[in-house]
Formats: sequence, C-alpha cells, structure tokens
Amino acid sequence: MIGTTEGHPSPAPAARTLRPLDASGPEAGDDRVAPRKDPRVAVRRRRARLAAVRLGIVIVLLVAWQLCVHAGVVDPFFWGEPTGVWSTLVDWFTVGTPQGSLGAQIVVTLEEAVLGFIIGSVLGVVLGIALGRIQILSEIFAPFLKAANSIPRIILGSIFTVAFGFGIQSKVILAVVLVFFGVFFNAFQGSREVDRNLVANARLLGASRWRVTRDVVLPSAFTWILASLHISFGFALIGALVGEILGANEGLGLLIRSSQNNFDMNGVLAGMVLVAAIALTAEGLITLLERRLLRWRPPQTHGGGAHE
Amino acid sequence: MAAIELRNVTKTFPTSGGGTYTAIEDLSLTVEDGQFCAVVGPTGCGKSTTLTLVSGLERPTRGEAVVHGEPVRGIDTSTGFVFQQDAVFPWRTVLDNVAAGPRYRGRSRAEATGLARDWLRRVGLSGFEDRYPHQLSGGMRKRVALAQTLVNQPRILLMDEPFSALDVQTRAIMSTELLHLWDQTRPAVVFVTHDLEEAIALADKVVVITAGPGTVKAEFEIDLPRPRVVQDIRLDPRFTRLYGEIWEALRAEVAEAYARTTRLAEVAS
Repeated sequence: MIGTTEGHPSPAPAARTLRPLDASGPEAGDDRVAPRKDPRVAVRRRRARLAAVRLGIVIVLLVAWQLCVHAGVVDPFFWGEPTGVWSTLVDWFTVGTPQGSLGAQIVVTLEEAVLGFIIGSVLGVVLGIALGRIQILSEIFAPFLKAANSIPRIILGSIFTVAFGFGIQSKVILAVVLVFFGVFFNAFQGSREVDRNLVANARLLGASRWRVTRDVVLPSAFTWILASLHISFGFALIGALVGEILGANEGLGLLIRSSQNNFDMNGVLAGMVLVAAIALTAEGLITLLERRLLRWRPPQTHGGGAHE
Repeated sequence: MAAIELRNVTKTFPTSGGGTYTAIEDLSLTVEDGQFCAVVGPTGCGKSTTLTLVSGLERPTRGEAVVHGEPVRGIDTSTGFVFQQDAVFPWRTVLDNVAAGPRYRGRSRAEATGLARDWLRRVGLSGFEDRYPHQLSGGMRKRVALAQTLVNQPRILLMDEPFSALDVQTRAIMSTELLHLWDQTRPAVVFVTHDLEEAIALADKVVVITAGPGTVKAEFEIDLPRPRVVQDIRLDPRFTRLYGEIWEALRAEVAEAYARTTRLAEVAS
C-alpha cells in the first residue's frame, strides 16, 4: 500500500503470480503471454474502444441531421446544417470573419473570460475566507451577499455596457460578477468546514492566526474552491459572450450576434462550436490544475475515474 | 514548583437546549516536572476537557490552570498536544508536517528541515519523508504526530487517547516507543486513556476520574521500575496487584457511566 502512488498495482508481479495458475506446459511462461495480462494495456484498449463508440455517435448524429436536411424534414434556414457549419468554420479560419481575423475574435473573448475568471475567483476566495474566518464580517455582510446573489446578474450586463462602453471592460466586469458568487460561497463554506482538530493542532504548534488561515484553512477549503472553479470558467465565458452580444466591437459574441442578424444559423452554430472547444480546453486545464494541487488526497477520491 | 497544577477547576459548556453541561467539577491535579501522569476514567467523564484547560485551548469556568507557576491565559507554546484523531496536515508531506512547528516558531527552513529529519529518524520514519499522510498506516501517522509534537521539545506533553485508534499489537509497540522517546527529553506528561492497563504500564501516577461531571476520585503511585517494556510488564506480579487496586476504584465509575448511557438509550428509544 505504500509502494505505489498511482493506485495501480505494478503489473509485473501480478502477471507472474497469475502464470502458474494457467500454466500447463513450458510455453505458458512465454513472454508473449505477459502483455495480454498487463492491466494497463487492457485499460488503454477499453479507452480506445470507448472513444471509438463516442466518435461513432457524433458521426451518426451529424449524418442524420444532414440527411434530414436533404429529405426536407429540417429547414436549414432555421436550424443550419453540418456542411454549412463546417464551410463557415473553414471560411472563418482561412479568409477571416466580417469583423477581422478569427484569431483576433477568439483572443478578445478569451481575454475577457480569463480576466473575469481570475479577478472573480481571487475576489471570491479572499472574501469567502475572510468572512468565513472573521465572524463579525460575516454577520454584517451575509445578508447583503445573499440579496446580491438573488439578483439575476445577467441583467447587470445592460448597465455595464452603458456605463463602461463597448470595450473589454464591461465584459470583464460582467464575467467577474458571474464568477464571484459561486467561488465566494464555496470558499466561505469550505473555510467553515475546516477540521477543528487541525486548527487546534496548528495553533498548539505555534501558528499565528494568519498562518492558520494560510496553512490550514486555505488548503482544506481548496477542495471546495476547486469544485466551484470548474463551473466558474463556464460562467466567465457566458459573461464575456453576453457582454459582447449586448454591445461590442469585436469578439465571438459579436460574431454570433451578427450572424443572427443576417439570419445565418450556420454562423451562430459555428460560433457555438468554437465556444464549446474553448470551454472544454479550459475544463481540461482546470482538471490538470486540480490534480496538481490535490496530489495529497487519496487516489480514489481525486477524480480520474470520474472523467474517464 | 509543579509543572502542571489544576486548582479546583470547573468547566461548563452551554448546551444546544439553552442549559449548561458540567464536564468537570472542582477538579484538582498536580503533575511534577518530568512526571508521567495517566488519567483514567469512564467515557464522557471530562478527561479530555482537563487537557484543553492545561493547553489553553479552553479556559476554566471556575478555578485556575497553572503551568510552571504561571496561570494559563492562552495557548502556551511550551506545551505539546497529541490528539486522539489524526491531526497531521493531510496536504503536507511527512517532512513538512514535522517541520511545521519549528517553522511557526521562527526557525529557518533549513534548520526546521534538519530538526524534522532528526525526529523522523527517532520515531523510525526515515525514508518516508516525501510521503503524504494518506499513504501511511495508522501507526505510522501516529509516529508522524508524535514527531510533529516532540520536535518542539515541549516541557509539557498532553496526550488525548493517542493510541486508541490502533490495533492492540501496534498499540503496545507504540507505547514502548513513547516511553523511550519520553525518556530522551523527560517532559511532564498527562496521558488520558480509558484503558487501565495502558495507564499503569506507562505512568508514574494514575489518576482515577469519576463519572461525569469529572473530579478526582483517587490517585495511585506506580512504582514499577523503568525502563519498562509495555508488552512484558503486564506479566509482573506488581502490575497485577496495582491493576486490582485501581480497578477497585474505577469499577464503580465505569458502571455508573454505563448505566447512564443505557438509561439515555432507553429514553431515546
């Protein structure tokens, strides 16, 4: 139980102990038998099969959609069609979009979302832990935060667009507002649920209040905080896109909005595909960060299996 | 001057129903410098509360807790505390766990790491420095906890049923090792347990606490020779005689506490 960190038993001894069981002749000890018994190979094969099945499902759906369009069941004017979405994407990548190169649009939207995500998360973590640790602060501010949280915050986008203009600023602020509350409430709850023994132990070992916060409360709240970060990047992206749709000079949201204005559903769908690709990439990066930061947890509880 | 003195301390806690619960009442206890004192009593008699009062984690409602002649007014860093449950930091490696205390007490990283390595060697965990606590067995985690506390060279060592989660064999081995480690720095120890055998095997003095609210029922000097090997000393005829004497005092309290929990269970059902 101490020897392995990955949680998988090392394959070699397993194969060796299995061999005598099915050994009937000298050939049974042959090395060709070993790879078939390697559990990692089996896992890899299973993954490959799963991926193939998933890809198959996507292809079947796309082909069915396209066939429905050809059969006249689905009107591409309202619903678009896979070949149209594909050619729009190719067009954007090679020729560029009506509002400039596609790269520039992606960069603007990403910049807004990432800035909003970082600022919102940092504010959420700092204030969540501060209110979780300092009773009087939470007593004063909890009702305000609950009230603010109950407002449908997307509406604030209209105000921000008018107040801060068509530039990047209004989108970042909307993204911050969307990200903040999720992270804040998780950090707050996380810092409240810290094991009292750990806090007492740190204090007896000589830790100051600040060191207790930094060395005990923060890491133990991290499980909660990281869970909220997965959802939060999605919120940041929504903030950036909605902000752009409400009024902007560039960005993927504007691209989707102007496609809509031209009744170009393939353009709207192409924009969606790009956004989904960005969201999935970000999700992957956050999962990597999570694995890195939560290395100390026992393997059966830190993800891995849940995603595959 | 005694290392630890509890002078007629009473500790009450508010209950959720608005009343108060008296954990210990008018309890007095003295532990000399370098003395190993075991406190035994039935479940729920306030044994652990006495430790939180000495450590400064809690303040007495009445009476006074005095350490080395000074009233306890907060957490005193000359006190070490080993908890019943795991209290090592799960997100720190074994080495960083043990180095935590010296770091908090202002040592440089290099010094703290050096001390930590030294104490890990003393508790027999050399080679496990880079492991995380979840990769260790319960007994090894307890050793980390011991090293984490002892590295600070506490003059007072408080232990709250530290080995109760371990299996019987590991427990006996750990007890012997604890005596060996204690002998190196000889702090005054208060060791809380509900296991009378463990108490006698380890201590210079065994204090029997009444069923809650806890107060001292009787004190017994344990004159068994040191160094002791916990696994063997149980066979000593003097051990058996002491066990008989102390059990006589403890029996009624255990029966009383048990009767109460069963009455509560009847009321609840």
